Amino acid sequence: MTGLRTGFFHTAGKRLLACCLLPFAWSPVQAEVYEYNLENGLKLLVKEDRRAPVVVSQLWYRVGSSYEHDGITGISHALEHMMFQGTENHPGGEFSRIIAENGGSENAFTGKDYTAYFQTLEKSRLEVSFRLEADRMRNLLLSDQEFKKEIEVVKEERRLRTEDNPVSYLYETALATAYQTSTYRHPIVGWMADLEAMRVEDLRVWYDRWYAPNNAILVVVGDVDHKVVHRLAQKHFGPIKAGEPAAAAEVSEVPQQGLKRVTVRRPAELPHLLMAYKTPALSTQAEAAEPWEPYALEVLAGVLDGGYSARLETRLVREQEVTASVSASYNLTGRLDGLFIIQAVPARGKTIDDVELAVREQLEDLKYGDISAQELARVKAQVVSSDVYERDSMFYQAMTLGALETEGLPWRLVDEYVPQIHSIGAEQVKQVANKYFRDDRLTVAVLEPLSKGGEQDAQRQTGEAGNTDR
Amino acid sequence: MRNGRPAKQAIRTGKQGNILNMLKNPALCPARRVIRVIAPALLLFLTQTVWASPTILNWQTGSESRVYFVESRELPMVDVRLIFDAGAAREPAGRNGLATLVNSLLDEGAGGLDATGISFEFERLGARYSAASGYDFASVSLRSLSDPALLGPALQNLRRVITEPAFPMKAVERQKQRLLIAIERKQQSPAEIARDAYQAAIYRDHPYAYPGDGTLESVAKLGRGDIVNFHRDYYSARNLRLVIVGDLDKEQAAALAEELTEGLEQGQTPEPLPAVGRLEQGETIRIEHPSSQVHILLGQPGLKRGDPDYFPLYVGNHILGGGGFVSRLYEEIREKRGLSYGAYSYFTPRREAGPFTASLQTRGGQEEQALQVMRETIRSFIEQGPTPEELEAAKKNISGGFPLRLDSNSNVLGYIAMIAFYGLPLDYLDTFVEKVNAVKLEQVQEAFRRRVQPERFVTVMVGPVSGD
Repeated sequence: MTGLRTGFFHTAGKRLLACCLLPFAWSPVQAEVYEYNLENGLKLLVKEDRRAPVVVSQLWYRVGSSYEHDGITGISHALEHMMFQGTENHPGGEFSRIIAENGGSENAFTGKDYTAYFQTLEKSRLEVSFRLEADRMRNLLLSDQEFKKEIEVVKEERRLRTEDNPVSYLYETALATAYQTSTYRHPIVGWMADLEAMRVEDLRVWYDRWYAPNNAILVVVGDVDHKVVHRLAQKHFGPIKAGEPAAAAEVSEVPQQGLKRVTVRRPAELPHLLMAYKTPALSTQAEAAEPWEPYALEVLAGVLDGGYSARLETRLVREQEVTASVSASYNLTGRLDGLFIIQAVPARGKTIDDVELAVREQLEDLKYGDISAQELARVKAQVVSSDVYERDSMFYQAMTLGALETEGLPWRLVDEYVPQIHSIGAEQVKQVANKYFRDDRLTVAVLEPLSKGGEQDAQRQTGEAGNTDR
Repeated sequence: MRNGRPAKQAIRTGKQGNILNMLKNPALCPARRVIRVIAPALLLFLTQTVWASPTILNWQTGSESRVYFVESRELPMVDVRLIFDAGAAREPAGRNGLATLVNSLLDEGAGGLDATGISFEFERLGARYSAASGYDFASVSLRSLSDPALLGPALQNLRRVITEPAFPMKAVERQKQRLLIAIERKQQSPAEIARDAYQAAIYRDHPYAYPGDGTLESVAKLGRGDIVNFHRDYYSARNLRLVIVGDLDKEQAAALAEELTEGLEQGQTPEPLPAVGRLEQGETIRIEHPSSQVHILLGQPGLKRGDPDYFPLYVGNHILGGGGFVSRLYEEIREKRGLSYGAYSYFTPRREAGPFTASLQTRGGQEEQALQVMRETIRSFIEQGPTPEELEAAKKNISGGFPLRLDSNSNVLGYIAMIAFYGLPLDYLDTFVEKVNAVKLEQVQEAFRRRVQPERFVTVMVGPVSGD
């Protein structure tokens, strides 16, 4: 560290060295995770982080929109809302009032594979969270009156997030088109028609089936002693009886037989392109001959879109000026096979066809061109630093553990991530590009803006600046 | 901070940390959303722990930039944020969007490197660069590992960006086009349309009246000369607050600050912003939009940073509409009637009076009912004030939750940046909870009566035209 005293700006000579050394500088820096399994099947994960006198508690249930079937989509999310509507011991909004009086912040979220509830509290108040969460794991009231009001809130939420947001609407349509049988085609918030038809009795069944200690993971990160947390968990969650083991229906996606295209015409100002390729996930690839493929796809996503110097931004936005914005995303940790998604908005004067062509050229270049050592080194350097940056957030650390466990993966995978990424070479990236970027895995979804009068806006299609009329 | 929009996000899609995105974009669907009451609310917890707020060291560089440093050794990383008095409020008349454009162009070519060269230099080191621009200020941030072999070149690259931006013509044109597209995109969002109309109506001819991204007309007119001049006038040493949080000692931080800023022009401190005039009468603005919901915003100019009424209004608003799931607005609009997903009120303090706003969104056809409930809830709160129980509960929430607000380097950085830019006292954090706890019932009611006048509210409604 003494070198620092001479200042930060005279180390240019070390540049290359630092760049090359980076991949080897990493060692598992994650704090230890303590795992406990209660007799009733509840799994408890504790990570001690003493940077601030704060504790994050997250209770994860293995249930989400991918557990649902046609006709009841959105039920997991609607139930999440009802979890704030009271139990016999704590009716109405008492849960939230108690958390608030203890200085806590709280919320919940629903995904495809999980429903999670969390509180962040000053460290001495952890027991408040456990007491209340244990209570609503089994004792929810689910009154018809509250439900009739709350389902209206859920419908407003759907209007806010999806109906009135053309890009979200396109995304929802793209998923429902790409997947034919996989339950990943369901919107998390549910179809509006299903929300209209939903009854509180449906929620009762759903709650009884999935809300039990043997279907839950409790994750605690913060300034705590893991043994004390275990005792508290034992005290509050221990007495709850295990439920019937409920397995999620596994519906695998039927093989796609050719390119799918879908158009969404909605009131909007800008056209939007979404290209989705079916790709494997870690959970579905574990037994396969090439279990490393999801990591190669992750590196591939980084080559395309791991920063402002990555390929899509450099080539499509700055060199070719064909897109105004572009992004690529891949999630390697779903419970079921997922999608590698590329999204783009055309630059002014460019069309959706121009953009699709340009994106396809980049994918071909991945298959047949060179991926430089420099590009891979950049991706890996970012992985190493992100591993440190993420520890700045207790919430994120807890979330990583909970998501893995509910997505059918062991939490220990967090320690494998960095070395696995580092083991990936250029050939492997090209291999997955060739294997998965094929038309019989592709869905192309296009948002065609309707002007406010209802007709397609010809001006924007030709890329001219138009006046906005209010 | 809620102050303004992050410029990069407006123009670019999110880029950071894409590779490590195990959890990015999980299509999460949070059922409830907590909106911070008064923008970066700072709270101190004194009652039962010995934990103290971070020690802020403060000094001035040779080029007269103020430096604020918090040592934090737990993680091997460093955050640096440069905050310039270079927000949209500084734009010359008719040049709206200029502040955002300049801020977004800093890393588009500098010190002999082009945009790809600059970003590659950060990214190969694992460093993260970001820039943001709001009404009062514009900022440039860097997060890097503290290993000198990485931090050194990352800072050198940052210095290049802040002292030698080249504003290449091609990049200027391209970023302008992207900004125009971002402005068009706002027109497909009823929330954005409502916000722009609301700010225009409550601020009239004040600089806060204009959309921070500018308009199609104003951005089209911007030239490279405007950009160079704005940068020269506002991205200067005297106009800078430099905040450093992380794994360094004071000497190292001092060396960093000196070397980072030595190439900056000293510059001038700009004139104070004009004061915000008060609204003489209420107004309702309806804008038709082909959405299923009507977005409603109502309010008026509210608070300055450092305002003497800050604490009673902050605590009072916590009860009225800022306290997340237990406020009166949330209770009346969502919990009792299911009229909206979100129902909040908030003060957004700025250098001059920032807005006091209440908001909701509800399906077309019931907007009048929702608006009436919202107005009535605000009116009765102002008339009758909070109950003693409500005040007590709000104080408990604020004081008990203080440690949460400063539980990460990111959070500390944000709060110190606010203290630095607005010149708040260095003991601001240490005295916050004390001041909250000292607020009396009568003070809340008195301050609300004096500062919030529903009869002068601007109301903006964006959405389908009601059937009746």
